[in-house]
Amino acid sequence: MTLENLNPDPLIKDVVFLQTVDDLVNLTRANSVWPLTFGLACCAIEMMAVGASKYDIARFGSEAFRATPRQADLMIVAGTVTHKMAPRVKRLYDQMPEPKYVIAMGGCVIRGGPYVKYGYHVVKGVDLILPVDVYVPGCPPRPEALLEALFKVQKLMKREKILDRTRRTTKPEVYVPQAV
Amino acid sequence: MGLERSEIHGILKEKFGDAVLEDHVEAAEPFVVIRPDAWEEIAFFCRDDQRLRFDLLSCLTGVDYPDRKVIELIYCLDSTPNRHWLVVKAALPRDNPRIASVESVWKTMDWHERETFDLLGVTFEGHHNLTRILCAEDWVGYPLRRDYVMPETYRGIKNVIY
Ligand code: SF4
Repeated sequence: MTLENLNPDPLIKDVVFLQTVDDLVNLTRANSVWPLTFGLACCAIEMMAVGASKYDIARFGSEAFRATPRQADLMIVAGTVTHKMAPRVKRLYDQMPEPKYVIAMGGCVIRGGPYVKYGYHVVKGVDLILPVDVYVPGCPPRPEALLEALFKVQKLMKREKILDRTRRTTKPEVYVPQAV
Repeated sequence: MGLERSEIHGILKEKFGDAVLEDHVEAAEPFVVIRPDAWEEIAFFCRDDQRLRFDLLSCLTGVDYPDRKVIELIYCLDSTPNRHWLVVKAALPRDNPRIASVESVWKTMDWHERETFDLLGVTFEGHHNLTRILCAEDWVGYPLRRDYVMPETYRGIKNVIY
């Protein structure tokens, strides 16, 4: 009896034949998340603290901060996103390979933070320009909070399926950068 | 080693006479107000005079006063060899603020003047590259003016105001 004879429901096919492969791939992926090296303002200091010895993100497999978006699968937007910086951030995001995840770290990135009312130059939330997976509130958030966000991202990664790409393709595209 | 603030103000008044409009040596932070068209000459004098030797212009900033209809520039001059300093103010008309660039006196004024141009719209005559430095190149308006209104969108990104 072959697979074609059975004509299984796509979902069944996925679950029965690829579940273990998915699990294995996701396990490896979630335990070596490579964040993109970039910080925009004060929150980046806390992000660096997470990378340093006291909080040591290496315990969870994410110590390899990549200096190029092509090798990164996690973007930690740490710091104030200004209007001038927004096209650059968006371009970095676009250059990252799928599957990619975004952590919005700090009040500025979530809704403009201290600049929410009079900050003419601040984008009021990075989710206006790119899809965000995990929000970390705080000004700045403590390093533990960022670690918690990393665990959340790892959980999301463990839900990835090889066959089902809908989560990746249905992310809202809000903003198309124009050349500056 | 350095001169007293009153002595510095005295030297300036003696040399430039009525180009020094006001002298506030009694203020908490003493300053002189000068006539804007004499600024370049005063700047060269402040740098080159052996008693003053202001070799560093540490800060240039500006304030918008709509009620007085002026934009006031504030220059903070520092002398590293003589260890004294001086605050010079110049009031420019708000509708057409122009003053001579002192980029040729202190090289550091290149970016300072661009910043003041960017945020307050002051034109520095003779600056070699007077373009915006902090805001994006196509930004509209001068954000530190009191009557500035935030744009509702910029390049398609909404400036949500809560
Ligand atoms: S949220 Fe606070 S700490 Fe973080 S970038 Fe904004 S102002 Fe700085």
